[in-house]
Amino acid sequence: MSLKVRDLRVYYRTLAGDVKALDGADFELADGEITGLVGESGSGKSTLGKSLIKLDGRMRYVSGTVELDGAELPVRDSARMNDFRFREVSLIPQYAMSAMNPTRKVGRMIADLLESRGERFRALRPELVRRLELVGLGEQVLGRYPIELSGGMKQRTVMVLSTLLDPSLLIADEVTSALDVSNQRAVAETLAGFRDRGFVKSMIFVTHDVALVNQIADTITVMYAGRLAEKGPAKTVVNSPRHPYTRMLISALPEVGVSHGERRLSGIPGSPPALLDPPAGCRFRDRCPLAFDKCEQEPPFAEVEPDHSVACWKA
Amino acid sequence: MLKLDRVSKVYRVGSFGGEQLRAVGDVSFEVRPGQVVSLIGESGSGKSTIGKMVLRTSRITSGTISFDGADISRYRRTGELKEYYRRVQGVFQDPFSSYNPVFKADRVFEMIRTEYFAAVPAAEWRAKLDAALRTVRLDPAQVLGKYPHQLSGGQLQRLLIARALLLDIELLVADEIISMLDASTRIDVLNLLADLKERGLGILFITHDLSLGNYVSDQTVILRGGSVVERGATRRVFANPLHPYTRRLLSSVPQLHKTWAEVDAELRARDAGAERRCAYHERLPDGGPDPLAAVDEDHHVACFALDGAPCPDAARTPVG
Ligand SMILES: Nc1ncnc2c1ncn2[C@@H]1O[C@H](COP(=O)(O)OP(=O)(O)OP(=O)(O)O)[C@@H](O)[C@H]1O
Ligand SMILES: Nc1ncnc2c1ncn2[C@@H]1O[C@H](COP(=O)(O)OP(=O)(O)OP(=O)(O)O)[C@@H](O)[C@H]1O
Ligand code: SF4
Ligand SMILES: [Mg+2]
Ligand SMILES: [Mg+2]
Repeated sequence: MSLKVRDLRVYYRTLAGDVKALDGADFELADGEITGLVGESGSGKSTLGKSLIKLDGRMRYVSGTVELDGAELPVRDSARMNDFRFREVSLIPQYAMSAMNPTRKVGRMIADLLESRGERFRALRPELVRRLELVGLGEQVLGRYPIELSGGMKQRTVMVLSTLLDPSLLIADEVTSALDVSNQRAVAETLAGFRDRGFVKSMIFVTHDVALVNQIADTITVMYAGRLAEKGPAKTVVNSPRHPYTRMLISALPEVGVSHGERRLSGIPGSPPALLDPPAGCRFRDRCPLAFDKCEQEPPFAEVEPDHSVACWKA
Repeated sequence: MLKLDRVSKVYRVGSFGGEQLRAVGDVSFEVRPGQVVSLIGESGSGKSTIGKMVLRTSRITSGTISFDGADISRYRRTGELKEYYRRVQGVFQDPFSSYNPVFKADRVFEMIRTEYFAAVPAAEWRAKLDAALRTVRLDPAQVLGKYPHQLSGGQLQRLLIARALLLDIELLVADEIISMLDASTRIDVLNLLADLKERGLGILFITHDLSLGNYVSDQTVILRGGSVVERGATRRVFANPLHPYTRRLLSSVPQLHKTWAEVDAELRARDAGAERRCAYHERLPDGGPDPLAAVDEDHHVACFALDGAPCPDAARTPVG
């Protein structure tokens, strides 16, 4: 087992009170597993990703433990996490592409970053170039400014850099959202290739796009309002989802070949609860067509069959 | 209703505007009442530039765009342009950028009111506004009087569509209005567009997502590098894509129940043995003035050679 997360809770401090953005996550990743993390905007996907790397000033660790390759990952202690970040756990943040410093050449920027981590750029350069070539970029990108690269090229550069030290866990947060279909496919296949080559052991691929992640993921994890709703093998979650939210989410996806004249898809009525003061019990209750009185208690995230867990009283 | 006839756009770029960039080249298509036309292409293919020319926020370099037979570049007097905007409106990708965070979100309606409905009594205006909000399935009590940060991206986007509807528009230019939204909200906005179309609205639906385009549109225009490579009834273009570029684009679309490898294998099997010749030059061996050739009823395709390369199937490289 490469990653083991138990009851992880991380809130945001605000003037109005704590925003319970990650409120009890329990899951595991096997060696070599890519999980697609999906869910509505605001469900806590990025918060989960950040919690495994670095809590920013407004995030408050509340409870839980994380184990990576059998050793405790000190997620609550930002200073101790320094030894793990980038080497053992690496994150490609949402909007990484637009965060590149426009006045620095790509090579210079990479050198700065590596050196700030106590690594020697010169020693790593041959491997860096080899991997850039692997993703279809030549050594010459190192001499370019970010503005001279297309979105897809920038994204591939960031991916190579984040995995250069062969971290055990990679968290890729919405790395394909800003790209067009051909680049989306190239980037997703590249990441899966990194796993196949052993550059990373396991991966959390955060996205809105279930159809895309289903192309490369072994498992799919669904979040709803700060909690995990379902996690199982990708095929099972797509073909026979057990959580009512997952079912509605999957059936709301337009596919090539589907036109509204022939088959009108329906959305999910209502909106998710505020996380500042979420209602007790199942957080999907307001929108759930199957809700009954028991749903006033919180359903446990429990295994319904091997490797398939669901948080729903009706599953 | 809306007709583009060999429209091109050249931007001047470089330090002193010394270089030219052909963002749109020789594009022709039509949008009829009650029709959704999707304009599909990768980033930088010229989609937004076309939308802007239709909305007259970007000048046409050559060719004509006409609306109900009138050349829109001829509108000079402010009255003419105001009348055009009463009938044609646009909604854009990022709903947040259309709002000023310090003002309440419904301020976007006030501008329409002073511009077009100054004489309408308050009660009548309110009824009109409520009706427009209900059309986009928003509850007036829930959204009016709120600040932008109190509303979701989907709600903000629908407010902008409601604003366009207040004007009884005939044509809506929707530029990537779905891509900022998540899956569950997307389908609501798509269904809304489908309902509006049923009521006779023409929609120019700009997207890089082929499955969204396929879901709502009657006509599809595939753009590459500013030029149309294939165009026609959505059914035909998606079921029988001819241009190698369209085929490549379609094979990259992630499908829920098929892997990319399976799609590739299907395409290979379909093409096995059959040598794919350029469908344009098959019809027009000597080329012609029109960059597209009709291959079927309501299905047109451009030369298969890309980026100005000579086409091996051309009898003679067309002049020009
Ligand atoms: N700094 C912050 N202060 C207070 N609340 C925050 C902060 N950052 C995020 N939140 C809230 O925490 C919740 C989870 O946010 P998060 O960014 O993890 O969502 P997400 O699933 O990644 O959404 P998206 O798909 O839009 O990226 C949201 O309700 C959000 O409003
Ligand atoms: N104001 C401008 N000045 C110079 N060049 C421009 C300008 N606006 C757009 N371009 C260029 O014109 C081309 C077409 O751009 P356009 O915005 O129309 O593409 P698009 O298809 O909408 O792309 P996207 O999917 O990224 O929105 C691009 O090469 C772009 O860099
Ligand atoms: S626990 Fe109840 S409310 Fe929640 S998803 Fe299951 S049936 Fe619906
Ligand atoms: Mg996020
Ligand atoms: Mg655009």
